[in-house]
Amino acid sequence: MNLLPVLPILIPLFTASSMLVAWRSRRLHRVLGAAGALCNLAAAIALFAAVEREGIVVLRLGNWPAPFGIVFVADLFAAILVAASAVVGAAVAVYSLGGMDPERESFGYYPLLHILLMGVSGAFLSGDIFNLYVWFEVMLIASFVLLALGGEKEQMEGAIKYVTLNLVSSAIFLAAVGILYGTAGTLNLADLAVKLREVDNPGLLNALAMLFLVAFGIKAAIFPLFFWLPASYHTPHVAVSAVLAGLLTKVGVYALIRVFTLLFVRDPAFTHGLILGLAGVTMITGVLGAAAQSDFRRILSFHIVSQIGYMVMGLGLLSPLALAGAIYFTVHNIMAKTNLFLVSGIVQRDSGRLSLADLGGLYKDRPALSALFLIPALSLAGVPPLSGFFGKLALVRAGLELRSYPIVAAALAVSLLTLFSMTKIWAEAFWKPSPMPEAEGRRRDPAPATLYAPVIAMAAVTVAMGLWAEPAFALAQRAAAQLSDPAGYIRAVLGGGP
Amino acid sequence: METVLAVVVGGLYAAGIYLMLRRSLVKLLFGLALMSHAANLLIFTAAGFHGEAPPLVPEGSRALLPPYADPLPQALILTAIVISFAVLAFGLALFRRAYSEVGTDDLDQMKATDT
Repeated sequence: MNLLPVLPILIPLFTASSMLVAWRSRRLHRVLGAAGALCNLAAAIALFAAVEREGIVVLRLGNWPAPFGIVFVADLFAAILVAASAVVGAAVAVYSLGGMDPERESFGYYPLLHILLMGVSGAFLSGDIFNLYVWFEVMLIASFVLLALGGEKEQMEGAIKYVTLNLVSSAIFLAAVGILYGTAGTLNLADLAVKLREVDNPGLLNALAMLFLVAFGIKAAIFPLFFWLPASYHTPHVAVSAVLAGLLTKVGVYALIRVFTLLFVRDPAFTHGLILGLAGVTMITGVLGAAAQSDFRRILSFHIVSQIGYMVMGLGLLSPLALAGAIYFTVHNIMAKTNLFLVSGIVQRDSGRLSLADLGGLYKDRPALSALFLIPALSLAGVPPLSGFFGKLALVRAGLELRSYPIVAAALAVSLLTLFSMTKIWAEAFWKPSPMPEAEGRRRDPAPATLYAPVIAMAAVTVAMGLWAEPAFALAQRAAAQLSDPAGYIRAVLGGGP
Repeated sequence: METVLAVVVGGLYAAGIYLMLRRSLVKLLFGLALMSHAANLLIFTAAGFHGEAPPLVPEGSRALLPPYADPLPQALILTAIVISFAVLAFGLALFRRAYSEVGTDDLDQMKATDT
């Protein structure tokens, strides 16, 4: 039995529970928080290497054969995302050493962060749709507490909106799982893929597909279900914003891609056509929302919505090239978006504010920080040779091949508007002279290395993904090939030919 | 039996959504609770009724003999109940704190973070 697929779940669980034993020792929490996240990163990379070498890795718990027992399945797509989320986890854990305030630390910030990482890894690796629901809940309850931790008035309002809409989404997801079980009589994803082929009721299948689309669409923040995101993501501590922005919506995107490549592929003209339309509107509304904002983190929050549109566009086009583009883009976005939020945290620490009107003069005071902002910002806008360019290039090419010209036009126009928003932040926060009198809420001392190290590391990943785009994209194409041909997944889980 | 439960599930959803559309925080939470109860009953109903006998292999036999009740939906519902209980308990604490922090339970007043 290969235990590798559960390590990215067990390590955060073990880390978090050992911190609970030593609840009062804040120092131990900090040490364990960073060490556990780095171990998790090592395990995730080991899992990724194993999947890359041997193909799909399946763990049958208790050695029960597949449709009866619980399985964890790591195909290339899941392994890539587990590795990316472990990178985010490690970066945020190290960043928190210098950026988190003692109050939040002593109220269990680090254990919650690890529970969140556990939920995210579990959702990626689960091979069973009910377990996917359970992992979603693990992740959500941790994110609820992280979002409300600190208890400021704004946070409370943001948390109410976030909690309510996510609970509605969970209720819909659960209902969809129930109906799916009633229809197919199984919950194992691979077994469902086989059984759903024989279900002779296209209307019911499409209705189920729509229930899943709504449930995961709320979590992924696609149009018209995204309103909770910009209303809540700018309220918590910036390290929390960074980890939520980097990971949570992507779990929703992952679930959408998994369900709509494995289960609901019978009527792509309807389901994937609808997804494609939603993707276009998601991009446009997100970027227009961002253009209207004038707060650093609110702009970034709206851009999450807009970028989700690109990932979902890859799913809507459903060609191997489009899926590869979506996978590449998702990883790029996890890195760039987390990094931008981390940079906004350093800006907030140094200037004491995040409203663009009050910021200014950062280029003069902090040239290194300005460069570190530019890398993910230009990457997000899709400027070559950074990673965002290649993701968008693949998606646009896939769109042109399939003659979906409206979505290609939307993708290109949104890219331009993204560049506009990023230059707005650049011009306002970094270039223009500071509007505030000297020394008002500003800090002269440079931020500690624990804040800069994760930002530099993630910027390096962004640059590397752009410079070595060919091997990175070849990997994404292999992952997409596994997704477009579910037979391999089914055979790996169920054993034998379906 | 299915018909009765279908009506009950529909009623629970309707009541839950109605409560969530009100402006009070407490009603919002009650609405969420009803939605999750409705989902649990829906799993039970959608899985179908195949008999009332417990799913135990009779002595001397090697496999289950129909009709027996399918145990899996009940296991799913049990898990879902535990999860929704925990989440609702958290929600109650959060809403209580939000009420004292914001100073109102009127959702229309909570617009500070909207854009």
